Amino acid sequence: MPQPDPQAAAGTPHDVKTAVLVSSGRHPVSGRAGRAREDARAVEMGLSLVGADLSLVHAGDPEQASLRESLEGYLGMYHGLDGGRPGDERDGQLSLLPLRAGEDAVPLLAAWLERSGVRLALTGQRAECGEGSGMVGYLLAERLGWAIATGVAAIERCDAESVTVLQALPQGQRRRLEIRLPCLIAVDAVAEAPRQSAFGPARRGRIETVDDLLPADESRLDTGSAGWQWQPARARPKRLKVVKSTNARDRFKAAAAKSSASGGQVLTDLSPEEAAEKLIDYLRAEKILAQDDQ
Amino acid sequence: MSVRRLDPHAERARRNRLHPRHHEFARPAWRWTSADGVTRINPHALGAIGPNGLKRIDRSGAAVEASPVGGASTSAEPARRQVVIDQPEGHVVVVPELPEGRLNDHDRDLFGLARQLADGHDLAVTAVTFLNGVSGFEDAGADRVVDLSAMVTEGYDPETRLAALVDVEAALSPRHWIFADSLPDGGDLGRRLAARLLPQGASQGANASVGDARPATRVWQLSEGQTLSRAGDRQDILRDVARVLLALPECAEPVSETRHEARVIELATMGGELSSAANEVAASGVIDRGRVAVDPQEIPLAQAPFILSAGRGIGDWEGYHHAARVLGASEGASRVAVDDGYMPRSRQVGATGTFVTASCYVAVGISGAVQHLQGIAKCQRVIAINNDPSCDMVKRADLALIADGDAVLAAVCERLGQPRDQTGSDGSWTDEESRHAAA
Repeated sequence: MPQPDPQAAAGTPHDVKTAVLVSSGRHPVSGRAGRAREDARAVEMGLSLVGADLSLVHAGDPEQASLRESLEGYLGMYHGLDGGRPGDERDGQLSLLPLRAGEDAVPLLAAWLERSGVRLALTGQRAECGEGSGMVGYLLAERLGWAIATGVAAIERCDAESVTVLQALPQGQRRRLEIRLPCLIAVDAVAEAPRQSAFGPARRGRIETVDDLLPADESRLDTGSAGWQWQPARARPKRLKVVKSTNARDRFKAAAAKSSASGGQVLTDLSPEEAAEKLIDYLRAEKILAQDDQ
Repeated sequence: MSVRRLDPHAERARRNRLHPRHHEFARPAWRWTSADGVTRINPHALGAIGPNGLKRIDRSGAAVEASPVGGASTSAEPARRQVVIDQPEGHVVVVPELPEGRLNDHDRDLFGLARQLADGHDLAVTAVTFLNGVSGFEDAGADRVVDLSAMVTEGYDPETRLAALVDVEAALSPRHWIFADSLPDGGDLGRRLAARLLPQGASQGANASVGDARPATRVWQLSEGQTLSRAGDRQDILRDVARVLLALPECAEPVSETRHEARVIELATMGGELSSAANEVAASGVIDRGRVAVDPQEIPLAQAPFILSAGRGIGDWEGYHHAARVLGASEGASRVAVDDGYMPRSRQVGATGTFVTASCYVAVGISGAVQHLQGIAKCQRVIAINNDPSCDMVKRADLALIADGDAVLAAVCERLGQPRDQTGSDGSWTDEESRHAAA
C-alpha cells in the first residue's frame, strides 16, 4: 500500500509530544502473550514519526505473569532510530499504570495523558484480550474533548496544529483526513508492518510504574460489566439458503435444481473491435470506467 | 409370508403394447374410481423420477415435467403481509451503512435484528439515513424513516453526523440504537454515539442502569432477551440487550415475510429540544480532504475492486500490462501464467493463490479451472474473453466475448485513446520488470 516516505514524515517538528497506548496481545494461533498486532503497528508509526522520543503507556495488572513479556515486545522495537548510529540509540520507556482486575482503565489513561502533555496519541483499533470493544479511544476522546480518527493507514504530515493522515477504506481505497491536535488516532491493520522486536532493547527498556494519578480513595471499579457472562467463543452458524415459497412444488424445484450459473450473455462471432466496444460499454454501464474516459 | 415372484409372461405382456392380453397386465393408473364409487390410490404407481434419479412425489397437483427445471421458472416470492404500527410506544433506531446509496445485506440483517427487538413490544423500527432518496426500506422492515440528509454534508464528517444523531436521541429517545460494526463507517459512528451517551463517570457510579449504557460491540446473536457479542481472545460475552448495539454481518435473518410502511417523520414534530448542529461544526476536529488516488497495482489482490486477469490465452504480455494500466485495473493471473513465469506468484488468483473479492473481474484467455472458479466465487461481475465458447469460464461469466484476448485488449487500448507505443516497448519492458520485482 502507498506509504509516505518516512524521511518526509521525520521532517516534522518534534515538539508534538506523542504517545502510544499499548495493550497486551495474544497470538491468534498459539495463544502466547506478546505484542498486539495493531498496537505494534501504532508503535511503528510513532517511531517513524518522532523516533525515540515516543513514549508508551499501558494500564494493566502489574501482578500478571505475562505482562512483562508482552510489554517488552514493544520496548524491543526501539532500534534503528536516530539515523541508525549505534551510539545514538536511546532506550524505550513505558509508563505502567497499575490496575487491578475489574477496574476501569479510562480515568487512569485520561489522567496520564493530561499530566504528561501528550498531544498526539496512537493506538490500535481493538484490544486482543478482554472485551475488545474498541471503545477506550472513544471514551478517552470524549472525556478529554480530543478529536479521534479511526482506521488510519499512514501519517502523511504532522505540524503543531494538525496532523494529516490517510484513512483506510474498503477495497484498498484511501481517504485523506486532516485532524486537529490534540487527537487520538486508531491505527488500522493495513498500516506499515512493525519492525521486529529485538532482545537487547527489550531488556534495556525501562518500565516505570505511575500510581499517584488518581486520589486513592476514589473507587475505580468498573460496574458496567458486572452482569456479563463470559463463555468460550462458539462458531457462528452458517446461513442456509432458504427458498421462500408457499408452494411445495416451487420449493422442491428450487431444491432439486442444479446450482449451475444462470447463463450470462455470450457474444460470438465478434471482431476484436466489436468485442472491445462491448467490453467498454459494459464497464461504463457498471460505472467501473468513467464516462468521459477518452 | 408371501414371496413376490416375477411372472415372465406377465412382464412380456406388460412391455408389449400389441400383446392381445396387454390390458390385463398394464400398469394401472395411480388413482381410479372403483366399482363401488370409492376413489382408490395406488401409492406405488405415483410420482416421477426426479433429476437426481430419485423418485419424487409431487403433491401440488401440477403436471409433472420430465425434464429437470432451472431456477428461472420458479415463481415470484409470496406476497408479504403488510404491517402498520400507528402509535408506537418507542423506537428501535437502525443506522444503515448504505454503501453506494443502497441497502446491502449487512443493512438488511440489522433491520432483521431490530425487528426481533421491536416485535411484541409495540416498538417501531426507525431507519436513520444521511442520504436522500434511498429505496427499499419498506421491504427491509422499517416502520419509520428519519432523513437527516439536510443536516449533514457529503463526505466523511463524523462529528456533524454525531450531532445529528444526538438530535435524534433527544427527539425520539429510542430504546435501542443499532449500527453496523464495520470500520471506519458504522462502527466509528456507533462508538462515538455510545461514548457521548454514556454519562461522564457512569462507569464508576452505582447506578443500576449502567450496564445497559455500555455498548455491545460485535454482536452476532440475539436470543431470549440477551445478546452474544464476540470479545477478544476467543471469548463470547452473554449480556442483556444494551442501548447501543454494534452488530456483525449475519447477526439476524433479514425480514422476508412482512412489509412495513417506512413513513417519513420529521424530528421537529416529535418534540424534544434540538441542539443546533451548527454549533458543533465550528469546532470540527476532523476535516475530509477527499479520496486519494491509489495505484491499482499496490492494492492487495484480495481487496482489489477491479481485476484484469490473464491466462494461457495471452501471447502479448506487454500489451496485457499496458491494457491493465489503461483500464486502471489490478493485475491477476491464472496458475498457468504464473507457472510459465509471466506473472509473479503473488498475483495468482484461485484456491491455490488468492481468493479475490473484486466487484468486476475480467478474465482474458482463462478457461476456468475449478480452483480458479473457487477463487473468484465472491466476484460480483465476471467478464470472460476467450476463444473457446464451451469453456467453464464462459459458463460462469455474466458477459462472455468469444474473441482473441490479445486483439481485444489492443483494440480496447486503441478505443480508449491510448494505443501501445510499439517503438517504446523496450523501455517500458524494463519498467515492467522492476514493477513486478517489487510486487
